[in-house]
Amino acid sequence: MTAKVDISFTLNGHLKKVSVPADMSALTMLRDMLGMTGTKLACGEGECGACTIMVDGVSLNSCLMYAAECDGRTVLTIEGLRTAAGLDPMQKAFVEKGAIQCGYCMPGMIMQAKYLADTKGKMTHEELQRGLEGNVCRCTGYKKVFDAVAAVVGVTE
Amino acid sequence: MVSQATTESQTPQEYAAPSTIEEALRSIADGDATILAGGTDLMLQTKPGGRLPYRRKLVNIRRIAGLRGVGEKDGRISIGALVTITDIANNELLKTAAPVLPQTADCFASGQIRNMGTVGGNICNASPAGDMIVPLLVLDAEVELSAWAKGAVATRLVPLSKFFTGPGRTVKQPNELLTRIVFARPDKKYSVGYIKSGPRPALEISTVSAALSAIRDNDKLSSVRIALGAVGPTVLRAVKAEAYLEGKTVNAQVVAETARLAAEDASPIDDVRATAWYRRHLIQVYVKRLLENDSQG
Repeated sequence: MTAKVDISFTLNGHLKKVSVPADMSALTMLRDMLGMTGTKLACGEGECGACTIMVDGVSLNSCLMYAAECDGRTVLTIEGLRTAAGLDPMQKAFVEKGAIQCGYCMPGMIMQAKYLADTKGKMTHEELQRGLEGNVCRCTGYKKVFDAVAAVVGVTE
Repeated sequence: MVSQATTESQTPQEYAAPSTIEEALRSIADGDATILAGGTDLMLQTKPGGRLPYRRKLVNIRRIAGLRGVGEKDGRISIGALVTITDIANNELLKTAAPVLPQTADCFASGQIRNMGTVGGNICNASPAGDMIVPLLVLDAEVELSAWAKGAVATRLVPLSKFFTGPGRTVKQPNELLTRIVFARPDKKYSVGYIKSGPRPALEISTVSAALSAIRDNDKLSSVRIALGAVGPTVLRAVKAEAYLEGKTVNAQVVAETARLAAEDASPIDDVRATAWYRRHLIQVYVKRLLENDSQG
């Protein structure tokens, strides 16, 4: 029998208590146990960034994180960005700059962009490119994505 | 469910998340545990069809505060096993004392993986292409291995150059935990460089990586160390090239001969990323660049 682990953690401001198989990923827990399907599964090996979430304010690939490791921590997913006041400024910027095509990579892109905005603030264009190097879009280029993030954080050349 | 003769299986049968080193060592004392740190390698390797079965117990060491932190004492720098790659990239002490480590951390995988992955995990995973291993080898780093023995914590220091025995294999015993990495603070005259190959900086598994350190006195080199990644069963030291270069003054002929010997020291293979021939070629190019003090890989 696979060991089960009882965990409790804060998910988008709400306390969650779940019992997870010890080898389950945080991504599978979010999507299949908690119905939070905003966070996407694409490559499943940490290459594409579609599953990016923030844990204790730090971005990571939820497909590589063990669900049990969420115990006691504060987890933020794309669903948690929207507040009573409406969309997060980063979400608004992605909409306004037309950065979204099919949209599948967007939750991960926006979470990583939010992490960069929170931790680095104003940055150079190269730092912005490097900051999003772990997020892949298969539809189109990245220019409008960079434009959207730049509109929020400000970019120096 | 059919019970198995060994405790290796597709899923862990027990789980523990100790908060102290002692608790963790007691938990793995029977040697039947899989260690979870950052999880970025473990999650993939243990997937169904993956190469690594779980042992009976999954021991998550992430909660152990005693395995974090970078410090210096009596001229020795110590890096806790759980220090993340992001921590290394941003650490002020390392930026001053051993800038090759932040430099290497900066071209490691992606931002998300750097936030999760730990230096201890990168070493214990023992990949022949392990990024952090290459510069740590030229810094003459040692790893501290801890175990629970006779009712107390017992530690031993192993030079990193003696730690690896093959791809994914090390001298660490199943009841041991890598607790920290230590090395002497490099002398001011020390010069260290690192180059990693690849068409892009992000998420690149090295085709070849190389680091060189030496004390440079008017171009005369001593205490030479050359480490090469992804060109043998483990990250390796180019011992023939090191011995040749020791005490020499750098000139075109010395550079060429060192590069040739370094390529001889390696035993690269053909794989999806490159041919053995191309890897030997890259080794020579990188050793030349490092000697000419141009580490803009």
